[in-house]
Amino acid sequence: MNNDAFPKQPTYYEEVLRKGYPRRDFLKFASMMAAFIGLEQTAIAQVIQALETKPRMPVIWLHFQECTCCSESFIRSSHPIVADILLDKISLDYTETLMAASGTQAEAALKNTMAKYKGQYLLCVEGSVPMGADGVYCMIGGKTSLQILEEAAEGAAAVIAWGSCASNGCVQSAKPNPTGATPIHKLIKGKPIIKVPGCPPIGEVMAGVIVHYLTFGRIPELDRLGRPKAFYSKRVHDSCYRRPFYDAGLFVETFDDENAKKGYCLYKMGCKGPSTYNACGVMKWNNGTSFPIQAGHPCIGCSEENYWDNGRLYERASSFAGFGIEANADTVGKVALGVTAAALAVHAIATNIGKSKLIREHEEEGRESEHELEA
Amino acid sequence: MAKKYLHIHRLRRVYVWELPVRFYHWLNALIILTLIVTGFYISNPLALLSKQEASFKYTMGWFRYVHFVAAYLFFFNFIFRLYWGFVGNKFANWKQFIPTSKRFIKEMWTVFKIDILMLRKNGQQQEHLSVGHNAMAGFIYFLTFIAFLVQCFTGFGLYAAMSGWWLPQLFAWVPAFFGGDIVTRQIHHWAMWFFILFTVIHVYLVFYHDYVEGRGEISSMGGGWKFIEEEVFEQKRHHTPNPEH
Repeated sequence: MNNDAFPKQPTYYEEVLRKGYPRRDFLKFASMMAAFIGLEQTAIAQVIQALETKPRMPVIWLHFQECTCCSESFIRSSHPIVADILLDKISLDYTETLMAASGTQAEAALKNTMAKYKGQYLLCVEGSVPMGADGVYCMIGGKTSLQILEEAAEGAAAVIAWGSCASNGCVQSAKPNPTGATPIHKLIKGKPIIKVPGCPPIGEVMAGVIVHYLTFGRIPELDRLGRPKAFYSKRVHDSCYRRPFYDAGLFVETFDDENAKKGYCLYKMGCKGPSTYNACGVMKWNNGTSFPIQAGHPCIGCSEENYWDNGRLYERASSFAGFGIEANADTVGKVALGVTAAALAVHAIATNIGKSKLIREHEEEGRESEHELEA
Repeated sequence: MAKKYLHIHRLRRVYVWELPVRFYHWLNALIILTLIVTGFYISNPLALLSKQEASFKYTMGWFRYVHFVAAYLFFFNFIFRLYWGFVGNKFANWKQFIPTSKRFIKEMWTVFKIDILMLRKNGQQQEHLSVGHNAMAGFIYFLTFIAFLVQCFTGFGLYAAMSGWWLPQLFAWVPAFFGGDIVTRQIHHWAMWFFILFTVIHVYLVFYHDYVEGRGEISSMGGGWKFIEEEVFEQKRHHTPNPEH
């Protein structure tokens, strides 16, 4: 990467041609992106025009506490142009995993991009920021994650919290959260933040967000939790091809039973699909090959906040904090019911002793009246 | 002929539970039972296997459908009861449920001593006679109303994602507030146990009062009548835990 001078930024289309893709592929890509971000057919032309005329958008990609599965996901986006052009090395001005530069050069590239494209670049953050012990758990180039994040966010047009770590803290923020792992939206204020949760998230979402921003000059519409509606408005359950078995009440009981072979619903194996908002069932993974449920594994709800602490992965039943790891709501409920029944039994006995006189009086009174009645 | 020590009480009939209250009560009981049964199935469906094709079956679909219909009935029934708390008789008034005076708190303490601890006074067994709810009961019903609210908010919050109607949409913010559907669903499930425990204790206490006091406690939710000893009535002891107005 050249740190000193940035050549004039080519448009996406120019870059496509330079890489040797025919226009036909480019148009296919534009149509696909339009479909992904939920545009109607007439808007495809707008997308094409934006990609043809607008210079590529600089992206700074920061890595903090994460496992890089998010990066792995996006470089396997289904359309080659996504990885090759939109988010290729040339588009990513700084990303620890994929850039060629390292050390001082890399730091310089980051600085240059931040200065040169102030207010224009897209900041993509992968991983959570450790806030414990003054942030020593994750430092790069002598700076804490928080320092790097704050500096980079300063001049960003928008921030993408890429993956569950950046969106909600993921596994490292699970109890007891030893490093004080904190998601991005709690640290950065005053910038549009797009949350793209998932462990990892679907690669196309990144491309979709960039194309949307390019075409319309603003970030895509977000839901209440700050996720792009185009990808997160439906539950995995709603687009699951095993849904008919759910409605029919036909469930896999164990992983090796006949029902599993028949492809019944994985609900009773703890599938979190009914509580998880993502586009897995539609977009799928690895070039649209499959997704967990199709592979016979229940959804673990990886794009939902706090999914590590919200009960076990292979159980629908809800865990009950403070009652041991084996206790779920129903266990506690049954115990409470037993205790209540026992308490009522004790009360009933105590009543017969403690109110004996009152009860006897009423009874005698009643009997007396009965005797007075004429036969 | 009455024995000397025995004083035969004359009972005065009081119309305590008006028809709308009784209707609300039994509809509510039926709906809550339905919601619990269907809710248990939805959370952990029984293995009802069948040779039928999936397309001929709609078991989970029906359980959910009944659950949702019952939820709507529950919601509107609840709204109606809140309304009746302002227009109904003094025993249905909202002041029977929310402690707004010292008298209310004092009566709760009295009920606690007499009906739970069964304390005696000067060696004498005591009874606490109230016409409508006693203060303790009223307050527990207030807690059930809070539980109703929790169930309505979490339930419709979860349902909002599957509905286009504006009413459930009003609750669409709830899962976002709690941090997602998973935890919202868990709250909904935990709160259900409150209803089960409440029902057990509630039914027990109805029998308890009828057994100890013999004033038509059980049948009052049928005909609306409760009976109070004439002398207690004459004494003008407080008939409701909170003063009116």
